[in-house]
Amino acid sequence: MNLLPFALLALSAPLLGSLLAGFGGRLLGRCASHCLAIGLLAVAWMCSVTLLYQMWYQHAPALDWMGYNWLTSASLHIDFGLLIDRLSVAMMMIVTSISLLVHIYSIGYMHDDPAYQRFFSYMSLFTFAMLILVTANNVIQLFFGWEGVGLVSYLLIGFWFKKPSAALGAYKAFIVNRVGDFGLLLGLALLLYYVGSLNYQPIFAKAAWIAQQHIIFLHGHSVRLVSLICILLFIGAMGKSAQMPLHVWLPESMEGPTPISALIHAATMVTAGVYLVVRMSPLFSGSPVALSVVLVVGATGALLLGLIGLVQNDIKRIIAYSTMSQLGYMMAAAGASAFSAAIFHLISHAFFKALLFLGAGSVILAMHHQQDIRKMGGLRSYLPITYITFLIGSCALVALPPFSGYYSKDAIIEAVHLAPIWGGHYAYICLLLGAFVTALYTFRLFFLTFHGSPRFDIDKEHLPHESPWVVWLPLVLLAVPSVLFGIVHVQEFIYTSPEGWLGQVVYVMPALRNYLSDWISEFHGVFIATAQAVFELPFWFTIAGIMTAWILYLVKPSLRAKYIKPDNLISRILRAKYGFDSFNDSIIVRGVQSLSRLFYHIGDMRLLDEGIVNGSAHRIKQLAQWMRCLQTGYLSYYLFVMALAWVILLATWVGWF
Amino acid sequence: MLLSLLIWLPIIGGCSNLLLSERYAAGARYLSLLTVLLSVAISAYLYHGFDLNNGGMQFVEIHTWIPSLMLTYHLGIDGLSLSLILLTVYINLIVILATWSSITHHVRQYFALFLLMQGLMTGIFSACDAILFYMFWEGVLIPMYLVIGLWGGARKAYAAIKFFLYTFLGSVLLLIALIYLAHQAHDFDITHLYHLNLSWPEQCMIFIACFIAFAVKIPMWPLHTWLPDAHTEAPAGGSAILAALMLKAGAYGFLRFMMPILPLACARLSGIMIALSLIAIVYIGLVALAQRDIKRLIAYSSIAHMGFVSLGFFAIYTMTLPKEHATALLALQGASVQMIAHGFSSAALFLGFGMLYERYHTRSISDFGGVANTMPVLAACFLFFIMSSIGLPGTAGFVGECMVLISSVAVSFWVMVVAALTLIIGAVYSLYLFKQVFYGPINNEHVAALVDIGSLDRLVFILLILPVLWFGLYPESLLQLVRPSLEQLLTIAVH
Repeated sequence: MNLLPFALLALSAPLLGSLLAGFGGRLLGRCASHCLAIGLLAVAWMCSVTLLYQMWYQHAPALDWMGYNWLTSASLHIDFGLLIDRLSVAMMMIVTSISLLVHIYSIGYMHDDPAYQRFFSYMSLFTFAMLILVTANNVIQLFFGWEGVGLVSYLLIGFWFKKPSAALGAYKAFIVNRVGDFGLLLGLALLLYYVGSLNYQPIFAKAAWIAQQHIIFLHGHSVRLVSLICILLFIGAMGKSAQMPLHVWLPESMEGPTPISALIHAATMVTAGVYLVVRMSPLFSGSPVALSVVLVVGATGALLLGLIGLVQNDIKRIIAYSTMSQLGYMMAAAGASAFSAAIFHLISHAFFKALLFLGAGSVILAMHHQQDIRKMGGLRSYLPITYITFLIGSCALVALPPFSGYYSKDAIIEAVHLAPIWGGHYAYICLLLGAFVTALYTFRLFFLTFHGSPRFDIDKEHLPHESPWVVWLPLVLLAVPSVLFGIVHVQEFIYTSPEGWLGQVVYVMPALRNYLSDWISEFHGVFIATAQAVFELPFWFTIAGIMTAWILYLVKPSLRAKYIKPDNLISRILRAKYGFDSFNDSIIVRGVQSLSRLFYHIGDMRLLDEGIVNGSAHRIKQLAQWMRCLQTGYLSYYLFVMALAWVILLATWVGWF
Repeated sequence: MLLSLLIWLPIIGGCSNLLLSERYAAGARYLSLLTVLLSVAISAYLYHGFDLNNGGMQFVEIHTWIPSLMLTYHLGIDGLSLSLILLTVYINLIVILATWSSITHHVRQYFALFLLMQGLMTGIFSACDAILFYMFWEGVLIPMYLVIGLWGGARKAYAAIKFFLYTFLGSVLLLIALIYLAHQAHDFDITHLYHLNLSWPEQCMIFIACFIAFAVKIPMWPLHTWLPDAHTEAPAGGSAILAALMLKAGAYGFLRFMMPILPLACARLSGIMIALSLIAIVYIGLVALAQRDIKRLIAYSSIAHMGFVSLGFFAIYTMTLPKEHATALLALQGASVQMIAHGFSSAALFLGFGMLYERYHTRSISDFGGVANTMPVLAACFLFFIMSSIGLPGTAGFVGECMVLISSVAVSFWVMVVAALTLIIGAVYSLYLFKQVFYGPINNEHVAALVDIGSLDRLVFILLILPVLWFGLYPESLLQLVRPSLEQLLTIAVH
């Protein structure tokens, strides 16, 4: 069966939807615009389902299609095309599914917004760019999608551009992502220069050769080319996937509408960095240094960024910090070469995190755009469907068996535990503590929002009520895979071979294959794995976290006041978010601003323009004025000068002889 | 004949504009539009008849001119000239459409000068005789001087005289250098100058003379200070022509004169040139960030973007190995794409701001705020070109920058790192501008009273967006035009 038409249709349908809703939006009206956008997205979704079916059940071979020649320079060719393999199909599936549900949800959530059609247009455009990113068969096309999703993210964070905070958030997100893209583009340039191609196949075919090359880095010191390339690529991944220290933009991105936070800043775009690392696994597997960097950065973020979530009070920001923490888990898995586990967690996380964000959106709607969880409480009786689905999402997030998050996260922690690479033990401890932290902030949020007594003004006329069906239906539909996805698919996806279901798509360093074999051999079927949870540490860390949250926020809130002083050192550090923001503002932003003012006022204006350019004009003017003094206009003066000249000439002449 | 027609038709059209009575302003507009549309048709025919596989001069015209001085009227174009000629004619069409009704006094003179500039710019890009080139090169200063001086802003007199003197002084040395070269070659034919065997001191002296002339035009740091004033004070159309076309003349001079005639000097001094380009990219980028005047900011960003052009040109001298041929060609091609891309995006930004300025007569960033509330279409179009100018993939701006960046790794990893800083710096100042002007709540009653752009201005933007997208998604269509001539240049320039 030819996969190409389905892939092309999956790509073009959202683009068409975006153009129609964007340019024809006013003409079509609200209903026709969203129907078209959703209908075309459903087409893309069905194409993805077909492709997935072909890959999963029919074991169709990967499709590497050369589209057109983007540019040529003598022997260099950069061609655009598509690569449809297991990894890209899995990503397409998750992108189109979440996007479809978020589109439907937005009918309700954005109902009162005057720029309704523009919103749908942006979301479809985002889906298109994301699909370009995951289906590219070369790095530059990936970069197209990469920047495309960045652009739409910028537009959507700034969707309510009247709010200065939204405008600033969008700006910050773009700039921080650009720092990442800086690394990615450098890595890409090195690849093109040394490999002579940007397509995945030639690059991977030369991976062993690249691994042996060295490049002069600083005077006389050389580094391994592959490590340099991988770390540069990873800087790109850090920007997009909000890894420390480039994570600062993601909390600000919460200024965008909530459906966007679910789609872009939780389920799809932010996972692009993980996708990049997994896609580039043949390169990363050539560099133990790069793998360790990925592992350590990921694990550190998983713990430290989760900790910040403990002191946040904005419902969306808590989930945003949770997203960064979970992305850290995925990165750690990729660093440990457990690529299938990373992608598996990416997928299950996409379901339950989109569920949590959309649930938060439902809460925000009910609370009339109040986002502070200190002013909520007791919502479970008002929002029964949101309550149940949010509980399911929370259980999946904290990795309670048998929810989907358990299987993916447990696999990651286990793999990192066994991984014989530098930083493995450190990462294991981080991830283990992270499990406790995750449970604590998740259930803190959950209890404060849905349990206890209401802390908002109860207005009998406007009691919080459940959202319309377009809002809660996506919640229910996302709750299903949040429960079932792990238990149904984990065995086939992760535990069939060291590479997992991704198989040939990824490449594991030979030295690490043994440990991965050990890791999968400890798996004895999904039911045993579920039961085994009680014998494992992460489970008890999670339970401890939930119990702590339960006691501190529900049973005995007085304990909090007694033992946790609001201004103790730890919470001050956490509230300051480890000082990243203030460092960026006071050192980097200020520094660049003063440097630019120095360059402009001193360098450009005073030295070059006033000093040299206008300065030379002034000198000439002065010279002219001085010369003018000689031209007095008095005849006697001229006669005197003439006589003097004669005398001098005469004297010289006499002296000559 | 076609080339002569393309040069002289707008000049004659412009002059006949002046013959019209002052009362028929509309007549002047339509006559100019007709002339430009005819030029577009001629240039399209030129492209149609152009042989894409031939890197040499085509459509050659030679007539004796002043035999005693060895001067000939010699025209001809290769792919590089053709790409710039097409840009010239197209941008002039757009400028005439965009300023259709915004000019209210001295209408016929205004349009006449733009037609004149179009003809003279076409002359610059198609002259094969050094003195003919020089005459066009200097000639174009006069209409631009008048445009800045007559329709400019508050400091127009200062800016106009600075522009004229600065560029004129630069070019005087060029004339001396050209005369010396012709004296050696017994001919003013540019292609004959390529085969001179000049000694290193000779090359060095001529290099300095040419460098000052061309680097002022591009402009390269530290010869750039005329540009912010000229761009800022010129009317929108004048700024667009300056940024989109006139800066390209300097870069064209590098390609047509310096690199083929002075291979030794270019190779030995390439390190300095690369350093100057990097300064333009980073230092000028930071200077742009300090601007409080919208047009000055765009003007400085132009300098930073042209830094990529000169970087692409002089990076090739470090790629002398046969296996680096493809990378060197990539650098040259990237630089030429960057010229075209910058032509579109800078013209669009200046014209777009012109539309805003027409409605609210201030250039200060802090006077604006929340313009997207009242002018959403302008905001969307402006953002598109901001994105093109900061090199978003899918726009032409990305292609040139990316190609030059990639090839600069052959110079050194760190050169590439420094050049790539533009990714961050460019985004910082461009999006800062966009955020301050368009985002946020409505700042004051002037902004609240703004009316969004009409259908003519929308047409202008559509005409600019289409090529930017097309060259961004399919740059090969542009590259196949310039590649053969660049390949020829590469063999002459790098032995």
